[in-house]
Amino acid sequence: MISTRELTKDFVLSRTETVHAVRGITLDVEPGELVAVLGPNGAGKTTTLRMLTTLIAPTSGTAKVAGYDVATEPGQVRRQIGYVGQGNGAGHSQRVGDELSGQGVIYGLDRRAARQRAEELLESLELKDLTRRKVSELSGGQRRRLDVAMGLVHAPGLLFLDEPSTGLDPQNRANLWDHILRMREQYSMTIVLTTHYLDEADSMAERVVVVDHGEVIADDTADALKAKLAGDLLTLTVAPGHLQATARLADKVAGAKDVVAEGDRISVRVADGPAALPELIAAAQHAGVPVATAQVHRPTLDDVFLNLTGRSLREADSTGKAAA
Amino acid sequence: MTTLTVSSVQVSTPDTGRRSLLRDTGIVMTRELKPVLRDPFSLLFGMIQPLIFLGLFGPLLAGSMGGSLDGGVWQWFVPAILVMTTLFGTSATGANLLFEFQTGAHERMMVTPLSRSSLLVGRALKEMVPLLGQAVIVIAVMVPFGFDLHLDGAILGLALLAVFGIGLGSFSYALAIAVRKQDWMFWVVQQTFLFPLMILSGMLLPLETGPAWMRVASKVNPLSYLVDAERALFSGDVTSTTVLWGWLAALITVALGLTVGIRTMLRSAT
Repeated sequence: MISTRELTKDFVLSRTETVHAVRGITLDVEPGELVAVLGPNGAGKTTTLRMLTTLIAPTSGTAKVAGYDVATEPGQVRRQIGYVGQGNGAGHSQRVGDELSGQGVIYGLDRRAARQRAEELLESLELKDLTRRKVSELSGGQRRRLDVAMGLVHAPGLLFLDEPSTGLDPQNRANLWDHILRMREQYSMTIVLTTHYLDEADSMAERVVVVDHGEVIADDTADALKAKLAGDLLTLTVAPGHLQATARLADKVAGAKDVVAEGDRISVRVADGPAALPELIAAAQHAGVPVATAQVHRPTLDDVFLNLTGRSLREADSTGKAAA
Repeated sequence: MTTLTVSSVQVSTPDTGRRSLLRDTGIVMTRELKPVLRDPFSLLFGMIQPLIFLGLFGPLLAGSMGGSLDGGVWQWFVPAILVMTTLFGTSATGANLLFEFQTGAHERMMVTPLSRSSLLVGRALKEMVPLLGQAVIVIAVMVPFGFDLHLDGAILGLALLAVFGIGLGSFSYALAIAVRKQDWMFWVVQQTFLFPLMILSGMLLPLETGPAWMRVASKVNPLSYLVDAERALFSGDVTSTTVLWGWLAALITVALGLTVGIRTMLRSAT
């Protein structure tokens, strides 16, 4: 569905300053996949998406989207894809129904078919009562659902979503995702989205592509990334005086690393926490160490990012330069 | 959760073949017109604006130089009012685009298969639809006051205005795109160009009595040729060289405007 090779984008700001927003992204997306591109602000997520949707031309490298080259056949690419940008696709002075059926006409539906299609989408995205409302009068969540509807009018095989849920409260985010996943099932769409919400990438995407400084630094399922790049964190608290003995036991657990002993607390990273925890407790009891509490922390994608880059996504966000 | 039935969508986008520029322009224009038509009050006020200007400025003009103007003050002033309405309407139209740039609506349309030039031409043409209405109203009101209607000339005059309007509208879009990161600049630049162009075209007051430098300046102002051509057309003089110069000025404006506008738009998506 998507195939890029060494895709790059430079923005020349002045004679002396060029931003290398994307530095050679090679990526393949198969039909039917749901891929989240995760990274801090300025990592190059949006720039990549804008190249794939023909909004900007790559500086070098190639990208084929839905079988067509974005640089030489942009018109064909545009016919095949749906796009929900960061902003509101529907004009604020327009009426909801007008804008949605107008989008259908743009993609070649006749007026009646477009109106019918708009009605169906408004119905299924729970916007039907707002058909005659002006877009500027909608709430943020309603407007975002309308944006998704606009991207779906022509039933595209491939949908791009650029930070679809940014700015929505948790309830609206969940609601939006319900709709997106349902639509995906209905149309067997391939979906590529960017996000800087870790939990969103974690729970929704089947595949997470981590991008930093314009490069792909990891690409796998969320579970595999966590197991490979972070591992589960076991934490035990033990009676004073048994700390060093417990630390030695923790070190012997299969695949153990990063053993930290501090105060009355021992922590250790392991590949499979739920299996390792009983093993460690049993070993401690066998050695006569009374264990007071025991916990397994499943890693988050933030732990993955931290392990990959040495910084947490949150701090990367605040220090990262915004590049389009 | 609502259950739903979705009809199979037949999207007629053939893999080969060019989209019709005409159809795309129509789509963009219709979309732009919808909020105007849905808001009859602003439409009504927009319609009578040229009349207000005509009613307030016309009598002053008639009083000060009524006798010296060819064919009477209204024959001289009515075509000018229509040019002025076009000038104000199309030169301000970039502001709409600026807003859609900021909300994301323009970006959404850039990802659709709409032809790039239709995005400019359709928007500029939209300004011409209210203008037609305004022209009819102005003419209908002025005929009883001695305005002499030549239908063929009037129709050609409006067509000429439309061509010029598309050109000017495209420049306005180019300006909007160029200043999109400091949007207040749009009005500063627009006004800076608008008033000299308007005064140096002899639209409101004849330049024959002005100083020599103003007359020279008016010679390099494309708008002067347009205003002269409109006056000739609305007096029924459809074949004179004045009209020819007007068409030339309009065609150059539209060619330059579209070139600059489309270029700016294609470079804008960063």
